[in-house]
Parts: sequence; structure tokens; C-alpha cells
Amino acid sequence: MKIVACVKRVPTTEAIAKPASDGLSLDPTGWQYMLSFYDELALEEALKAKEKFGGDVTVLTLGPSDASKEVRECLARGADSGVILKDADPASRDPRSTAKALAAKIRALGAELVFAGRVATDRDNAAVGPMLATYLGWACVTEVHALVLSEGGGTAKRETEHGVETVSFHLPAVITCNKGLNEPRRSSLKGIMGAKSKPIAEEAPENVPNQSVVLKVEMPPARKAGRIVGEGAAAVPALISALRNEAQVL
Amino acid sequence: MVTIVVLAEQSNGQARRASLECIGAACATGSDVLAVSFGVGAENAALALGKAGAKEVICLSSSGAYSSDALAADLAKIVQESGAKAFLAASSATGKDVAPRVAAHLDSTLFSDVIGFGSTGGAFQVVRPWLAGKAIATLSSNGGIFCATTRPNVFAASEAGSAPKITQRAAGAGGKATVTAIEAKVAGKLDVKEAAVVVSGGRGMKGPENFGLIENLATAFGNAATGASRAVVDAGWRPHAEQVGQTGKTVAPQLYVAVGISGAIQHLAGMRTSKAIVAINKDKDAPIFKIADYGIVGDALEILPALTAAVKVARSQH
Ligand SMILES: Cc1cc2nc3c(=O)[nH]c(=O)nc-3n(C[C@H](O)[C@H](O)[C@H](O)COP(=O)(O)OP(=O)(O)OC[C@H]3O[C@@H](n4cnc5c(N)ncnc54)[C@H](O)[C@@H]3O)c2cc1C
Ligand SMILES: Nc1ncnc2c1ncn2[C@@H]1O[C@H](COP(=O)(O)O)[C@@H](O)[C@H]1O
Repeated sequence: MKIVACVKRVPTTEAIAKPASDGLSLDPTGWQYMLSFYDELALEEALKAKEKFGGDVTVLTLGPSDASKEVRECLARGADSGVILKDADPASRDPRSTAKALAAKIRALGAELVFAGRVATDRDNAAVGPMLATYLGWACVTEVHALVLSEGGGTAKRETEHGVETVSFHLPAVITCNKGLNEPRRSSLKGIMGAKSKPIAEEAPENVPNQSVVLKVEMPPARKAGRIVGEGAAAVPALISALRNEAQVL
Repeated sequence: MVTIVVLAEQSNGQARRASLECIGAACATGSDVLAVSFGVGAENAALALGKAGAKEVICLSSSGAYSSDALAADLAKIVQESGAKAFLAASSATGKDVAPRVAAHLDSTLFSDVIGFGSTGGAFQVVRPWLAGKAIATLSSNGGIFCATTRPNVFAASEAGSAPKITQRAAGAGGKATVTAIEAKVAGKLDVKEAAVVVSGGRGMKGPENFGLIENLATAFGNAATGASRAVVDAGWRPHAEQVGQTGKTVAPQLYVAVGISGAIQHLAGMRTSKAIVAINKDKDAPIFKIADYGIVGDALEILPALTAAVKVARSQH
């Protein structure tokens, strides 16, 4: 089975946000990068599917050439090959153009099963997985925390406000991965050595212009200074009074 | 007149608060709202949707098992047939699942989890967080139908509407993935994203056995949910659905109470836009106090029972 894990390189969660001088983007000075948290789960689930059904895992990213570091790490964990769709301007990509570029490549690869993260922790769109499935015309289950694959399909569980849904689907399918689905493996020394000879292709993505236009990027309004109302249980009446009279939430 | 189609969620005929807020956001732009209600009891929610501002409600008759891809295809058709200029849904589990598919059917991009929605000269604009709220972006679109999901607890729901025009419509058949079972949630248990009050516990709670104190405080507030830091979710003390933060859920309740939580940057990203923040921590230098409106320094296990009792008294006096 041809399996694809879609992964994105994002700033680490410690990254400090600061608008760039144009006021239309963020200044990446000093940022470090990582594989988006949920994409680690996507890769792990792809490797598990390969172990169960055979086939191979391609790691697919739309991003800068520098993302080869994160792709190489995926290869070290067991993926077979990587594809970087080289993006000249990753910061202004919208979810639609991302989904269309990924869908075109997934179709060309002849994949049947695609794993993506629930959300990428940079723009927090939580949109690319179900969008690319719709462009492909495939089944899609989002925010999956338990998955059983069988020949030709599977069942997945996802949590909603009204309870846990069990969803049954046929292949081809896109699954977006939520916490609880698996514990991602670490790369071994042998894996790291082996990854050096695995192929990473760099290609131009299908040219899809963005619809999203940035008008302004700012820092969130600063919270007004708070105060310590007191110490220990003795401070409870002061807190109640503040919640009632100032915050008006009681 | 500009029409906006809104996906309206309901359960047992009761319209969901987050959907009423979404209709409120759409109405506030002066547009006509066409709400689409679906699932068992869809008709029973129609009047409430009208009251919240919907001029028209389409009730999709449920034909068999729920499928989000079938619902998305129906919604895209309704958007096209009605000539709507925008499509909105709440960024609930269902909204986040369905809205991206509707957007793709319309070959339009999606603006997720917006905290501001407006229109100037016929063009829509949104405000949405980047990097879990470390920065705030204002965006518009240069093509397609304007598709967005609205963050719960941010927009005001209106009650000034009147009886809507109600139409029935048969839901499209099929679906590539279908829901075969729902394990209902414990009655009354709210999701952190939708609750007006969130009481969260961290490692300072010392162990899973003490989270009854967090639950009791949430119950005392009413309309409250329990949340958690990643440290206690990773430790298995709490379910991951409760995790608040950059790699968990982003919440914006009226009141957020952080108990025994240090206030790491990843946690703050998920709750910093709460209207009021209370922190209880034994360390007076804990970073959480930097963004809290009101803090109590001390032992959570001693303070929580006293606070719970006081909240109960305060609420009974209302
Ligand atoms: C990639 C990445 C993503 C992350 N995503 C998230 C996320 O989404 N959400 C999240 O929360 N974290 C996240 N984290 C983890 C984050 O960095 C912190 O480690 C975590 O938030 C700490 O949890 P805590 O505050 O419960 O524990 P601690 O930092 O250990 O804090 C415990 C606090 O309890 C106080 N305390 C101790 N005893 C008592 C007592 N008796 N009474 C009152 N107070 C007491 C202490 O003073 C301390 O401030 C992420 C980290 C990384 C690297
Ligand atoms: N540029 C990208 N390259 C590869 N995969 C991506 C990209 N952007 C998003 N994805 C995938 O889609 C998921 C959700 O992303 P998003 O919709 O941006 O939150 C991510 O976790 C990835 O699996």
C-alpha cells in the first residue's frame, strides 16, 4: 500500500512572535523549527500502517528547502522517501492552496492512505486534511484518537462535544491525527545512518495562487495588570468580591 | 442584500450556543442569514435560530447515518443555490470537521477560529490568532466564497430576531465516511471550548485523586468545564480532551481559573484571551500571575474547598 504522511515544519512552541517591519508578517529572527506536534503522530500512524499492510511511506511537505532537516528525521524513523514541494513564500500560504498542491502530488504518487495532523501549530488552520480529502474526492475522518485499519477501510474514533463518535470509512482516505492515537517512536542511530541514503525529491508545487490576503499583523492587546488578592483560604472573600464587583462573572 | 449561510448545530432540538453566536456574528455585518439545521430534531431548533437572527432556516431531513462529507456537499449546494457570499460555522468539533470540506467544494479558502468578523464595502474581513494567539492577523480574501469558522464565546448571540421562514430539504444520499456509533458524554459535562467558566488543574494538584476538588469548583460555578495542563494530561491524570494550550485547545471563557499551573508559554497561548483570569499557586513568582487578573498565593488543596463553598453561597444569593 502506498502511504503518505503530510508533515509541516513549524516554529517551536517557544518561538516569540513579533510583527515584521512591513506589519504584514511575523519576524522569524531567532526562531527554531520543529515537526508540527500532530504531524509526529501522523508519521507514526503511517509507519504502523506500513508494518501492518506492507508498502511504503512517503513524507510529503510543502515548504522551504530547509524543511529537509525535519523530513530527514522522518526518514530516520522509518519512512522510505521524502518529497519537498518547494515553496518560495511559505508564510503567506493559505489552506486552500496548500491542500490543492498536496492533493495534486498525492494523486501523482498513487497513494491510497494519507495521514495528516489535526492542526499545524503555526497558523492553527485545522483545515488542510479535510480540504485535501475533498479535492481528492476521498473519505476523511478528522481528529482521530483511535484507529483500526482493515483491508480496504477501517473504523476511527473522534471526540466531539456530544460524545465519542465511531466512524467507518473505505479507502482511499485521509485521517487527521489527534493526541492519544499513538506514541511516536524516536529515531535510532541505525535509522539516522540509514536515512542518509534515502531519497528526498525537491519539486515545484502546482502553482495555485493564494486567496487569503493579509491586511495587518499585530501583537495581542496586553492584559491590564492584575493583582494578588491575598494568601491562602483567607483570601477567598476578597476574590469573590472581585469576581462579583469588578469582573462581574458571579 | 448579501446572504450568509450558517451551519447551525443542535442536539435534541436545542440549538447550540456556539451556533447562535455564529449567527450573531453573521447578522452583525447587516447580512441576511440562512441557517441550515440538521440531524434528529432539526425542526425543533428552527424557532431559536430565527430568534437569534436567521431570516430563513433550512432543515435537512436526516436520512440514515450521519456523514460529514455528505453534509458538506449539501451545504456547498445550498450556498451555491442561494447565491450566498459567505459561509460560516462555529469552530466546534463538527464545524471544524465540516467547514473545510464546504470550503473545498466551493474552491475557497477557509479562515478558521476567527475572533473578529466584519465587512467593509461588501468585502468581508476576519481577525484570527496566529501561533495560538501570540499574534493577531487581520485578513481578507481575493476570491471565492468567504468561508470561516467562529470561535465559541467570542461573538454575542442576539435574541432580537423573529419567526424565520422554514423549509424542509432532503439530505443528499451517501457519504464516504459514516458515523456508526456515538458514545454519549456524561450528561451536563461541557467541553472546555464552549463553557463560560473553565477551571483547570496542573501539576500543583499533586495527583489525580485531587481533581475532585477541581470538578467541585466547576460544578459550583455552573456552566463550567474542567481543563488541564499538558503536564497532567501526559501523566495520565486527565483525559487529553481537557488539555488547554498551544498543542491542546484554545479557550476564551468569561472566567478561567488556573490552579497549580505554572503558566508556561504553551499553556498561556491557549487561555490568554479569557475575559478574566484567576490563578491559585503556592509560588508567588509563578509566571501565571503575570497574566492573571486576580491571584491567590497558597496551597490549592486548602484553598479550593473554601472557594467552592464561597462560590456556592455567592451564586445562591442571586
Ligand atoms: C512542544 C510543546 C508543546 C506544549 N504544549 C502544551 C499545551 O498545549 N498545554 C500546556 O499546558 N503545556 C504545554 N506544554 C508544556 C509546558 O511547557 C509545561 O511543561 C506545562 O504547561 C506545565 O504544566 P503545569 O503548569 O501543570 O506543571 P508545572 O510547570 O510543574 O507547574 C506546577 C505549578 O504548581 C504549583 N504548585 C505546586 N504545588 C502546589 C500547591 N500545593 N498548591 C498550588 N500550587 C502548587 C507550582 O508552584 C507550579 O507553578 C508544551 C511543551 C512543549 C515542549
Ligand atoms: N505545508 C504543508 N506541507 C505538508 N503538510 C501540511 C502543510 N500544511 C498543512 N499540512 C498538513 O495538514 C495538517 C493540518 O494543517 P493546518 O490545516 O494548516 O492546521 C498538518 O498537520 C499537516 O499534516
